[in-house]
Amino acid sequence: MGASQSAGTEHEFQDLADRTGFSLEQIGNINKRFRQLTNNEETLSREDLASIPALDNNPIRAQIINAFFDKRNLHQNETGTVQEIGFEEFLLVMTHFRPAAMGLTEEERENLRREKLRFLFNMHDTDSDGTITLEEYRWVVEELLSKAGIIGQETAKAIADAAMLEVAGTTRGKMEPDEFYEGITFENFLQILKTFDIETRMHVRFLNMDTATLRCGKSK
Amino acid sequence: MSVRVALHSRSFLERGLLLLVILIFLEGTVLTLGAASSPDISAQDNTGGHDHLDDHRGIAGSHVHPNYTKKAFPVLSLDYHHIQVPFEISLWVLLASLMKLGFHLIPQLSSIVPESCLLIVVGLLVGGLIKLAGEEVPPVLDSNLFFLCLLPPIILDAGYFLPIRPFMENIGTILMFAVVGTLWNAFFVGGLLYAVCQIEGTYLSQVELLPCLLFGSIISAVDPVAVLAVFEEIHINELLHILVFGESLLNDAVTVVLYHLFEEYSGAGEVTPMDVVLGVICFLIVSLGGIAVGAIYGILAAFTSRFTSHTRVIEPLFVFVYSYMAYLSAEMFHLSGIMALIACGAVMRPYVEANISHKSHTTVKYFLKMWSSVSETLIFIFLGVATVAGPHAWNWTFVSVTVILCLVSRVIGVVGLTFIINKFRIVKLTTKDQFIVAYGGLRGAIAFSLGYLLDKNLFPMRTMFLTAIITEIFFTVFVQGMTIKPLVDLLAVKKKQEAKRSINEEIHTQFLDHLLTGIEDICGHYGHHHWKDKLNRFNKKYIKKCLIAGERYKEPQLIAFYHKMEFKQAIELVESGGGVKLPSAVPSQVSMQNIQPKKLPPPVAERALPQFTKGREEEIRKILRSNLQKTRQRLRSYNRHTLVADPFEDGWNDFILKKQRLIELEKKMTEMSNYLTVPGATPDSPTMCRARLASGSDFKAEKGGAKVIPDPNAFYNIKASSDGVPTIQVDLASPQSPDSVNMLNEFSKRGATGQGLGQREGADRDEDQGLMMKPAGKGEKGEEEGGNKNPGLMRCLSDPGPSNEDEEDEPFLP
Repeated sequence: MGASQSAGTEHEFQDLADRTGFSLEQIGNINKRFRQLTNNEETLSREDLASIPALDNNPIRAQIINAFFDKRNLHQNETGTVQEIGFEEFLLVMTHFRPAAMGLTEEERENLRREKLRFLFNMHDTDSDGTITLEEYRWVVEELLSKAGIIGQETAKAIADAAMLEVAGTTRGKMEPDEFYEGITFENFLQILKTFDIETRMHVRFLNMDTATLRCGKSK
Repeated sequence: MSVRVALHSRSFLERGLLLLVILIFLEGTVLTLGAASSPDISAQDNTGGHDHLDDHRGIAGSHVHPNYTKKAFPVLSLDYHHIQVPFEISLWVLLASLMKLGFHLIPQLSSIVPESCLLIVVGLLVGGLIKLAGEEVPPVLDSNLFFLCLLPPIILDAGYFLPIRPFMENIGTILMFAVVGTLWNAFFVGGLLYAVCQIEGTYLSQVELLPCLLFGSIISAVDPVAVLAVFEEIHINELLHILVFGESLLNDAVTVVLYHLFEEYSGAGEVTPMDVVLGVICFLIVSLGGIAVGAIYGILAAFTSRFTSHTRVIEPLFVFVYSYMAYLSAEMFHLSGIMALIACGAVMRPYVEANISHKSHTTVKYFLKMWSSVSETLIFIFLGVATVAGPHAWNWTFVSVTVILCLVSRVIGVVGLTFIINKFRIVKLTTKDQFIVAYGGLRGAIAFSLGYLLDKNLFPMRTMFLTAIITEIFFTVFVQGMTIKPLVDLLAVKKKQEAKRSINEEIHTQFLDHLLTGIEDICGHYGHHHWKDKLNRFNKKYIKKCLIAGERYKEPQLIAFYHKMEFKQAIELVESGGGVKLPSAVPSQVSMQNIQPKKLPPPVAERALPQFTKGREEEIRKILRSNLQKTRQRLRSYNRHTLVADPFEDGWNDFILKKQRLIELEKKMTEMSNYLTVPGATPDSPTMCRARLASGSDFKAEKGGAKVIPDPNAFYNIKASSDGVPTIQVDLASPQSPDSVNMLNEFSKRGATGQGLGQREGADRDEDQGLMMKPAGKGEKGEEEGGNKNPGLMRCLSDPGPSNEDEEDEPFLP
């Protein structure tokens, strides 16, 4: 059984490697970790992720976990969440954290940028309606400061409001008092983080990185 | 640009005059310095010459040949010697400052030629003038002076304002360039120079290998002063800047070790493999020891600053003195003083900044900038003077080979190292980046001073070395320094984005940090995000607690950033005086109503005075202003006391209360507009509610103070005791109309301005003025209450930052 199984996964991995741009070694590593997290089950549940002890100290733990179960991040054109994900989905989420490859063209860079920012945007936009409303943004900041105790909670709102004002001010310019800014759209989001070099900042070093096999981060 | 030109052409006459003044000063300075530095010589050829000269020589000579006849006025005599040293120092500093001033009057020139080049030219001119005057050029760039006085301010400035984040993110690359790159340069240049020297016909065969290597180690280090001077003008992107600059800082340890080792070996003559091993150990001791010394002093400084709340005035001094002590202590053991300073500055900064008052912080910033820029100016001028002064031994072969080898080794070193580094870097260095890193390797005064330190007896070729070093410095500073800017433009290297950091970016920086840490944890391997997170938490949990006074250590970074930003805006607000355009335009363009997700029903009953007559508006403002002044005075005296007594008790909420105060004022304005003629409105009237909502509903409601208190006076009483009961709904039920909001917005703007102005005026007024009660008594009282509870508020608003000119005349009334 072992032989056929491994041959199957080998083929599967190759397929995944082609689609995601990870190297076989990286996929092997991530797969090992996946098995470890799921206790050798086929699918991963929220509880599995929540039980990682190192995540306990992470203020945005809930959002991170949610991101793994968000259908928008799984390259499906639908919204909502799933309860369990398989290895392929797990890997797909991980692709967002791949470093940018050398020698990207301007266009590729822009795409990468959009893709990474879209991931962040989706994390903020909890109700999947395409805008980050004030409530949602407040929640983001509150979560971010959730480890800071009472001070954090009290200031979070003020910070979120200030940030929202900033977004409205930057994207809309001067607003009449009776106008209403309904929330941050993705375009606005791109605009406010224009100077934020996400493509060089949002990446994780995946183990066994073999630079030779890395292709540029186009994910289909 | 055209505007600038126009401006300048208009003030051309003025400028010309100033330049003339500078020139006169310059002449005076030069002659005095020349004369003063060598009183004996001037006394000897004291016969004739020109007027200026005679004057000064008279001064100098009068002391050398004292007249023993009895004076008519015994008290009055010329005693130049008495004041000579400080006088000369002041003259040099004055010269440097005037030069700096002068260059900014000629923007066309400084846009082409970097300031460092201009300063060297000035130095050359000054040296030439001294020489023309027949004096001996003073040994200005003496190594002691350089290493003990001129260098530390620049390095401390660099260390204190070191952008830690990019620095740590690229520490591997920086270390690689600084250590391996410098070693490579030293041995490559030294070795090949020796080879060239052995060629027949160069008349250099007496030069041995060890002096060559020593020379290589001196010449190979990139100089932080020169790099800073040039890179600050070309506004290169953060990554490249930190790479070149970081390298120039960290290679000091390598240079120090190599220098001392080779000097030692040259004396001993024999090098064993053991010595090489010892050399490596030495390097580790020198660099790590330097860092350790710096870190210890940095922590001491941070710890001391914890207790300075009673003596604010000397706070900045601790920063300087501890750093200088760190530098001297490190130098005492021949450790790397530069590393010690960098470590000291970088370690102490976050804690000191949290502890000291804003004013002290501004002082620290300004002193550092002032000292470093004067030092830098002096160094470049001295370099020019020293060039004229020094005995030169020009050897075409040696000099040209040096220059070529330096370039070649730098290019090979950078390209080779990048090839290795890029295997490990996630963000690769492109060819353009490599070019800039290689081309930005400027040499500077450190190399000169090290060469100057060489013992003449041990190194007979010292003069030739010095000449070659100077040529190399001139070549890099002039040729590379002047061409790097056009090249950066030509290659379209990414420039630094000048935008100020926005709160959204800060939020996302934090968010990303946590996100990446989380992803690493999920991936199950501990990358650098994981360790950074660990370190951060350790820092927060233990170190901050020890080193930061009061409650502020709990403040997360984001909140600190937010407060800083708010604070800056408040200052800008105050500074903008009565201006129509507020600098912090964003929040004033869009107000809270624009993003508040609740739509409000139209106004019900009374549309209270949406319009004012001009006269009444005036009246209101007058009232407001005088009231504000009174409040201000009372706050001031009270605050001065509490500021000393317990400045950080409120810590973070100073800022919130400051904001609160702005909101209160805004509200008061509205209230006044509504009730100026209709006093005694019930607190629960819709207008009241509207005002409340419009001005700061969110904030107040959250604090839980808004609804429960029926009395408008008490309404201002904002307590931080959040009882968690959301009261927004009640507030929001009240009417709000576009019109009223419009008016309100306008008023809030004016109000804020008025507040700033009022405070400023208040601060300048006589304190004895009584408190006048005006129709807006309610608001005033609230104001007072709010203020009294928040002494720290004063601190913020009374601290208008650097440009502290009085704006009393600023038109508050249009």
